[in-house]
Amino acid sequence: MKYAVGIDIGSTYAKVVVIDEDKNICFTLAQPTGWSSVDTAENVRLQLEEAGFGQDYPCVATGYGRISVPYAKKTITEITCHARGACQLFGEENLTVIDIGGQDTKIIAVKDGTVQDFLMNDKCSAGTGRFLEIMAKTLELSLGELCDLARQGGGTAISSMCTVFAESEVISLIGRGEARENIAFAVVESVVQKVASQAGKLQDVGGQVCLTGGLCECGYVREALERTLGKSVITSRHGRFAGALGAALSALKL
Amino acid sequence: MSNFDLPAAFEEYSEARQAGFLKVKEAKEGGRRVAGTFCAFTPVEILDAAGFLTVSLCGMSAETIPAAETELPRNLCPLIKSSYGFYLTDKCPYTYFADLIVGETTCDGKKKMYEMLGKSKELYVLHLPQGPDLPYAHEMWTAELRRFIEYLEDTYDVEITEEKLRAAIEKRNVMRSARCRLMELLRADTPPISGTELYTFLDGIGFNFDLDDAIAKINNLTSSLSTHKSEGVTVGGKRILITGCPIGGVFRKVVGAIERAGANVVCFENCSGIKPARCMPDQDAADPVAAIAHSYLNIGCSVMTPNPRRMETLPALVKEFRADGVVDIGLQACHTYLVEGHAIRQLCRDNSIPYMALETDYSTADAGQIDTRIAAFIETLGE
Repeated sequence: MKYAVGIDIGSTYAKVVVIDEDKNICFTLAQPTGWSSVDTAENVRLQLEEAGFGQDYPCVATGYGRISVPYAKKTITEITCHARGACQLFGEENLTVIDIGGQDTKIIAVKDGTVQDFLMNDKCSAGTGRFLEIMAKTLELSLGELCDLARQGGGTAISSMCTVFAESEVISLIGRGEARENIAFAVVESVVQKVASQAGKLQDVGGQVCLTGGLCECGYVREALERTLGKSVITSRHGRFAGALGAALSALKL
Repeated sequence: MSNFDLPAAFEEYSEARQAGFLKVKEAKEGGRRVAGTFCAFTPVEILDAAGFLTVSLCGMSAETIPAAETELPRNLCPLIKSSYGFYLTDKCPYTYFADLIVGETTCDGKKKMYEMLGKSKELYVLHLPQGPDLPYAHEMWTAELRRFIEYLEDTYDVEITEEKLRAAIEKRNVMRSARCRLMELLRADTPPISGTELYTFLDGIGFNFDLDDAIAKINNLTSSLSTHKSEGVTVGGKRILITGCPIGGVFRKVVGAIERAGANVVCFENCSGIKPARCMPDQDAADPVAAIAHSYLNIGCSVMTPNPRRMETLPALVKEFRADGVVDIGLQACHTYLVEGHAIRQLCRDNSIPYMALETDYSTADAGQIDTRIAAFIETLGE
């Protein structure tokens, strides 16, 4: 049986997808990237071996650590990979892909299965997963708890775009005795508003909006995005693997 | 004959740069005056006719930004901060040697920076009209140039005759044509030199103060390239046109990323590229000052409002150089280019030209992200 491997080394997690020649996902793996993407890549190789995937598979690497995978036959940027992966996951050729990752938020307009246009956040971390993580930590919550709590909150807003300033804003809200769910609401709202204004800059390709990346596992983020964009937003249980899947699909063609 | 000391930071520069500084020192000791400029709108023909050497003082290094930020806001264009930092720290020998700094009322940041420079340097600011097609724009700019001529004549006891102006226009036009011919070589299917090589060469030639020698060097390069192949050029690589802000300070980061991603930069539309080089005053015009005024008003810079020249030129250049995509470079906090970016995005969309905008500064903080974005953009252009 022929199979292909896609590895997406992101800033927070390394994601791996193995597909067979019919493009079925037969193996996934996600592990924290840690400080060295070279070590992570080696660790992934060992785990693939353990799972029964030998040496000579075609492999494409993506993500910011893509150059650290010595056994990858090719590197492709995460933009192209996420677009390909999302098309496969959602069975659509026209999509607006919103990927909220650890250090980047990407919004990709896909038309007829190819990237039409894309935007990434500038160097600041506003509107990224990292922003939510830091705020969750300040509120002594896990990321999942923050999102669940946010659903019950309202009536408060955070206006700082800078993560450090926003943290001070959260701390002063805590000091003022604001309810935790209201602060959680404000934190998620801040990310969603930022993402929505970025999405507004891209040409509307008329297709379905989908959310990928680690944050698609937080149901409330998807709901809040739907509300703000005024459009339905879909996710998939394999959403965080969209980039790795796209890489694997490219590897299949090698 | 007077003697001049070198600034303390002189030793920090490479030998090639030092040689340039020493030439200016020598020229000054021989009685020449030096004018520092910041912009493609500076009417260099008038400074030539007044016997000045002109040198661009645009800051291209992040090194002096911390010093500049002791007086300037942090959220300001890096070119302005870098330039002002060089002045504050006396690190740039050209700023140090300049007898006169010439500015124009272009962007807000520069205008206010000039006021600060003027505290301890001789400064002259030309008031540039910003509506190039207003009925009085040409008249106003001509009047501004005449006022500048009077100032130079009175202050430096020189005579700026029509003959001198005509000779200067002619020489600068020969220089501009030479630059254009060289840049136009990149229209070829496989450009004979890379964008990096072209930009580096043109940047260096700006610090050659012997105009005849500079023209000869450009022409020599142009003719030597007819059979040349460069390792910096990817055969069959996608063709990129660069537009937007002056890119001296981000050129390695951005152009380097484009070339690493296997594409070729075939045209620089920016102010150090083809845009100003194609604005040539009519050397046979009855009034040379009016002719100079007319040509400079045609520079499609985003300080103009509206800025029809850029909108007309950009799609034409994309066709001429057969660019596959446009990369619009905005320096952080450059309001005019960053806001105009939306119109350029729309313009490209309407003309089915793939477009990407980048906002960056002189730091290396975003180098990784820029590599990814550019590589992704090149991937979207197809195999």
